[in-house]
Amino acid sequence: MPLRAKVATSVSKTAAALSRAAGRGDGSVIGGWIGLKIDPELLSHLATGRAIALVSGTNGKTTTTRLAAAALGVLGPVATNSFGANMPTGHTSALAKAGQTPFAVLEVDEHYLPRVIDETRPRVVALLNLSRDQLDRAKEVAMMAQLWRTALAGHPDVNVVANADDPMVVWAAYGSQKVTWFSAGQRWQDDSWVCPESGDPIERANGDWWCTGCPLRRPIPQWRVEDEGVIDPRGDWHLVKLQLPGTVNLGNAATALAVAAEFGVRPIEALPRLSTVTSIAGRYAQVDRDGRNIRLLLAKNPASWLEAFDMAEQAPTLLSINARDPDGFDTSWLYDVDFAPLYGRPVLITGERAYDLAVRLEVNGIPFQHVSTFDEALRTVPPGRLEVIANYTAFQDIRAELDRVN
Amino acid sequence: MSTEALRIVWIYPDLLSTYGDRGNLLILARRAALRGIPVETYSVRSDQPMPSTADIYLIGGGEDGPQALAAQRLINDGGLHRAVNQGASVLAICAGYQLFGHSFFAKGAKCPGLGLLDLHSDRGETRAVGELRGDIDPRLGLPPLSGFENHGGRTHLGPGANPLARVTAGIGNDGQTEGAWAGKILGTYSHGPALARNPAIADLLLRWAIGADSLALVDDTWTERLRAERLAAAGA
Repeated sequence: MPLRAKVATSVSKTAAALSRAAGRGDGSVIGGWIGLKIDPELLSHLATGRAIALVSGTNGKTTTTRLAAAALGVLGPVATNSFGANMPTGHTSALAKAGQTPFAVLEVDEHYLPRVIDETRPRVVALLNLSRDQLDRAKEVAMMAQLWRTALAGHPDVNVVANADDPMVVWAAYGSQKVTWFSAGQRWQDDSWVCPESGDPIERANGDWWCTGCPLRRPIPQWRVEDEGVIDPRGDWHLVKLQLPGTVNLGNAATALAVAAEFGVRPIEALPRLSTVTSIAGRYAQVDRDGRNIRLLLAKNPASWLEAFDMAEQAPTLLSINARDPDGFDTSWLYDVDFAPLYGRPVLITGERAYDLAVRLEVNGIPFQHVSTFDEALRTVPPGRLEVIANYTAFQDIRAELDRVN
Repeated sequence: MSTEALRIVWIYPDLLSTYGDRGNLLILARRAALRGIPVETYSVRSDQPMPSTADIYLIGGGEDGPQALAAQRLINDGGLHRAVNQGASVLAICAGYQLFGHSFFAKGAKCPGLGLLDLHSDRGETRAVGELRGDIDPRLGLPPLSGFENHGGRTHLGPGANPLARVTAGIGNDGQTEGAWAGKILGTYSHGPALARNPAIADLLLRWAIGADSLALVDDTWTERLRAERLAAAGA
């Protein structure tokens, strides 16, 4: 590593430690930010000599990254940005902090994927899904797919692991010649009714999909979820025991196994490690307080709300919505979510944009009660499980109430 | 009304449904149901013929490509023109609003619109993103407009179209006026589920459709709280 990069790495680690010591943050961004100021090519230098997997997509990337890192741990130390800091500053911090590791698994924000591929020259890129997310500033889904497709076409050596169930992801992955397909399902389909190749309608039936006007159709996946397990490319079924809820996380586990297999890790080796993963930066965390067992579910966009409803038990449910900068200022997406699965559960609402949610639930015919604070919610529900579903900053607010539970 | 049930058509959700546009269909249907008005709703895809006998038509927002495609298909189809000529009511949002005019800009090119509103749209120098608020044309007898706008267009009204509102916060058409109306057509840059914050506009569309001067009151407690919060947040 050049001297400038060494200095930058050292300063970066110090800044991260200072940030943590000062209680200003978890240090997952500031260190990288300073390091990149000193050496703009620091991420490249830090990536050199490591076998790297990148994980990107609208939803599930933090969890899948955590699972894939656990699986790769079979082979040796793995650097990873486990706090969800998924832009180049976060990657730089994570690699600097980890020191020399043979492997790294990095979660990458969708917009930054081309740049991070360029700078880290990964062995594997996993593409999970693409759906609408903060459209008041994000690129529309088709543009994102084009961005990925172009980036992959420029790196023919990269092994792509991609979701066969999402037409936008499949089209993007075809930028590469080296694709392994997995089937993780696609609960949200409203962003892929129009073929990204030809503009014709896409039809779906029984888990299959195809374009009505061009040859684009669902590839046959080598990895897929069946019952409570995953079928590997040889056709062997493996029981998957997770501490994470929902079929969505089974799909994430299948993805992690497919990524690990690209490094030579067999499912039978990886599975025990997947079952050790509990919560990730507060997601799925369970906290006992005042006789209530609180479980935290993060839902950032329409697709992930549908997944959260699937994971949550039939128990009192608190929904919390903010619309600060990281959430997007626009709450229109509330009408892209069908809240009907909540019918029959006691529903509480809170957050800075609770009134938007109130009007939405009324239109959906879901009875609810408004509470001003998290404490009031706790007092309102009987002892037992309280499911909490919140969008990004609302989730962080509640996590802070629970002593920043991880 | 053309049949016993009130018929509401959502135009081309496959092309123009960028952000929660379905909300307007759900809100209209609910507010009709609360008054005991039977409702049938139809989502008409861009590869299906556009019926001309419905009572209310909704068209939403979208990106440039789908907007231009939607305009072309609606012009070729002709069903929407016949519906409007027969007195149907329309709520047109954002990209859907622009394509009701004589022309609009998409992907750098001037595209022909439906010509059902006397206006044309071009590109602004900046994108208008944020809270939108305006005082609605007093002839419509409605409380202030509250919305969220997110568009790069600027819209210029001809003498045949009336501004829907005078802007008090945000940009709207040009920083001065927002939206347009003529006959029973309403257009606005208040994007997505605009009726969530503007139930009085929903009720106006219902009154136009059934030919009523007034409708039974419904409990708008939460909607009023939302409106008060958003109107205050928009400032001005």
